[in-house]
Formats: sequence, structure tokens, C-alpha cells
Amino acid sequence: MGSHGPIIACFSGLASLLKFRLAATSNADGAKFPEGLKRELMPKHVAIIMDGNRRWAKNRGLPVQLGHKAGEEVMKRIAVKCSELGVKVLTVFAFSTENWVRPQEEVGFLMKLFEQVIQTDFNDFIRHDMQISIIGDKSRLPKSLQSLITTAEESSKSNKGMRLFIALNYSGRYDITQATKKIASKVRDGILSAQDIDEGTFDQHLETSKIDFPNPDLLIRTSGELRLSNFMLWQIAYTELLFVEKLFPEFNEGDLLEALRSFQRRQRRYGGTQVY
Amino acid sequence: MNTLANTLFGNLISFIRRILFCILSVGPIPNHVAFILDGNRRFAKKLNLPEGMGHRVGFQSLISVLRYCFDLGVKYVSVYAFSIDNFKRKPEEVQSIMDLMVEKFNEMVEEESIVYQYSVRVYIIGNLSLLSDNVRLAAEKVMKATSSNNKSNLIICLAYTSTDEIVHATQESCDDKWAKIQSSIDGEMMEGKREGCFVIKVADIERRMYMGVAPDPDILVRTSGETRLSNFLLWQTSNCMLYSPRALWPEIGFLHIAWAFLEFQRTYPYLEKKRKEL
Repeated sequence: MGSHGPIIACFSGLASLLKFRLAATSNADGAKFPEGLKRELMPKHVAIIMDGNRRWAKNRGLPVQLGHKAGEEVMKRIAVKCSELGVKVLTVFAFSTENWVRPQEEVGFLMKLFEQVIQTDFNDFIRHDMQISIIGDKSRLPKSLQSLITTAEESSKSNKGMRLFIALNYSGRYDITQATKKIASKVRDGILSAQDIDEGTFDQHLETSKIDFPNPDLLIRTSGELRLSNFMLWQIAYTELLFVEKLFPEFNEGDLLEALRSFQRRQRRYGGTQVY
Repeated sequence: MNTLANTLFGNLISFIRRILFCILSVGPIPNHVAFILDGNRRFAKKLNLPEGMGHRVGFQSLISVLRYCFDLGVKYVSVYAFSIDNFKRKPEEVQSIMDLMVEKFNEMVEEESIVYQYSVRVYIIGNLSLLSDNVRLAAEKVMKATSSNNKSNLIICLAYTSTDEIVHATQESCDDKWAKIQSSIDGEMMEGKREGCFVIKVADIERRMYMGVAPDPDILVRTSGETRLSNFLLWQTSNCMLYSPRALWPEIGFLHIAWAFLEFQRTYPYLEKKRKEL
């Protein structure tokens, strides 16, 4: 076993190099666009509810922490794939305002996992020129995590690639409420009158303001649950929802491509007239 | 022979329906079911019906669905009858839908209607100022006539979008707080207390939402296979079960309702647990 170590290391190094070269090729000339997908119909903003990590672990008799770890690996791969396919914004639901009720051990593990992701995995994202932002009520997160977040956001601020939003201690109702409070303060201070409040006002005060594509075109939820679980609510008014049976650690690049194909087949009318 | 076959088939369907009914009645029944009535136009096109007939047929489906829901014990049924976005459609289509609404609102106040059979309180909610006078008057008439009904509730969302509802609720909350501040200035209230008065809480906004008349829905059904909310009940469906059968709205039947309720009953224990945790 010991003598095979270096050989295995060599192979895995070679494999990584090969993967990097392949990725680079499809990035550079863009000709290798997956079959069945049209570049011009790609969703600009994809959102994912990464559900099923705990069930995946339980099914295998593993502690839930390993489920979250497996989910993290998948999230990295999916983020890179979305970036390669030309998705402009990817939002992932990592931790809800409602998740604090989970066992203390699990919450503690998750906070440590997020710190680790920011410290190590974010370098991969930054290498892919991604701009990273954390949305949600950061004030309740551990101070160490908060400062890592600030550093990560600062260091990726001028990147020009895909925008990656990680929703941490976030919920749709929290977002609408914090926007409402900001707007109400402006009314109280005379900056805005109540009559001036319109949907655009809200767009400007939600956590997804100041970006080109704040509203997801496609929302994927894994693990078969048919609900939004208080993820983005205002922003998903016209979003195509896709519910996938697989648990998140089982969701692979093929599933992502299939989801994108399904999205491209849909007809979006926005309440208006359809041309039959 | 044909008539006999038809009768037997009809009896079999009734029998299956009664069995399903009994099975469903054993488990928890959703308190509030919301529907996005999608597919009327596609149905009319499919059957080569004249334009506008799709919505008429759709209305008959609504009556059947209301019966199923109220018979099973559902207390609130909401329907997305007309979105603010739908004003973008051809004027003739918008007009024919409005005419159909007025006709049906007037029928509702008649004694033989489902509204009286099930003692349904009807609410028509949305940005009603966007409607023409005759529609608004017919809506107000049916709301007034049914205001003392108390067995079940039908909420018809007309000229509604969720984002408009949230904006409107925020405006009203601000106006209300501003009025409080003004009166506190007159009454010479202390600075600190005035500050506290103006804090807008979630409960303030929710109270002023058009949908404040009902609890959050337990199930949201959108027919015709489209899986999106189209700006319907965004705030209220944060934890609601979503169901999108392929059937067009006029094709919806008891089996679809039964399936939705069974799925609801399957996930109910998990939801209850979550509700208690929060």
C-alpha cells in the first residue's frame, strides 16, 4: 500500500492536469457547448436549493456532517460548470434563517464548514474569475466567519466572471422585511414619500440589488420536496421552478445539463399573450 | 347497451370517488388551498372552441373544484383569476374575461348558487382601482351579500400581483405610522417613544396585505404543467406545498385534488414538526 502511494499521487496529479486542460479548451474557444443546449437560451440567473444532504448521510448510515461535506463538493463542481456554461449569476441556499433550530452540533459544524469553504474553496472560484457575495443576515454569524466573508467579498470585488451569491442566514421573508424597514426609514426621514414606493423601490433595496440579473430565471430544488422553504420569494415571481428527485450530494453535472435543457423547453409568457 | 355501459361506468367513478373521499377524510385536511387557473386558452384551442369559451368552461371546472374542496372540509380556497400582468393581453380578451366576471359575480348572489349551498364568504381582492366601475361594483355587491356567510371562504384574486400587494401593504403601513407620528407631534410625545412608534414590524405589513383575510395556503396548485408562481402569493407560499399537474384547468378532476391532498398528508408530520420548532 505504502509503495503504491507515489504512483497514485502521480496519476491523480495527471488527472487533475488533464481536467484543467480540458476545461481550459472548452473555455477558450467555447465550441464545446453541450449537446441539446442553446447558448442563447441559457438562463442568466440560476438559483439552487441544495436540499438532501442529511437524508443522503442517513441513508448511508453516516453522520449528517459528512452529508454536508459531500454537498459542498457538489456545490463547487456545479458552480464551476455554471460559470463555464455562461451563467451570469448563481445563487445557492446554504443556510436558512429557519435552520438555527437544528441540533447545536450540526449548526456548529456548518459554521466551521462555511469558514473552511471560504478559506480554501473560494480560491478556486476566484481563479474562475467569480465575484462572490454573501446574502443574508450576517450579524448573527460567528465573528470569525463574518471577517472571512468580508475578506472574500473584497478580494473578488473586481472579478468579471460569474456572480456567485451564497445565501447564509437568509430567507425570502427576511429579505423583503429588511427592504421594507430600509424603505420605511427613508419615508420617516423624508427622503421618500409613501406614494413614491413602487416595485422598483423594492428591487433597489433587496439583497440582490445592484446587479444586472437579480431575479432567477431557473430555480432548482433537489431531494423531491415540492416547496420553496422561504428561499427567495420576491425575486422568483416569474422564475421557472424545477424539482428534482435526487438528493443534493447525488446531483451531478449531467443532472444540471438536463435541468437546463428542461428550462430551455419551457415557454415563458409573463402573463401576456402566447403565440401558439 | 351503450347507455347501460355508461351508467355502469358512471357508478364506478362515483364509487371510486366515495372511497377516495373516505381515505382522505381520515388524514389532516388542508385549511387553505390556492389555485392558479392556467390553461383555459390552450383548452379552447385544443377543442377548436371560439376564443373566450375556454374561460367559460374553466368557470365550470372552478365550481366542481370548489365542491370537492368544501365537501372535504377545506375552509379557504383562493384562485388567481386575473393578474395585473394579464392587462397586457388583447383588449377583446380582457373585456370578455371582465364580462364573464360580472356575469358570474351577479349569479353568485342568487339563491341556487354554490355560495349559498355551502355558505361561502366571497372576497375579491387585488388592486381593484385598476378595474372598470361595473366590475368593481359587481365585486363589492357580492362581497357585501356574502359577508355574513361563515362556513367557508372563496378568495378571488383580481387585478392582483404579489409584488403589488407587498408594495401596497408597505405604503399603507408607512402612511399609518406617519399619521401616528403626526398625531404624536401634536400630542407632544417624547422623542424616543415617537421613534418606537415608527418601527414597522412584519405583523404590520401582513395585516395590510390583501390576503390578510386568510391564513397562508397549505397547497398551491397550478394546472397546465407550468411550474412557476407568476407573481401569485409569493409571501404567503414560503412553506406551501406546490403541485403542478399537466392537466389544463378545464381538465382538472377529483383525482388531481385527491393526489394533492394525499401528498399533503404524507408531508404533514414533517411540516408540523418544523412549525413547532419555529
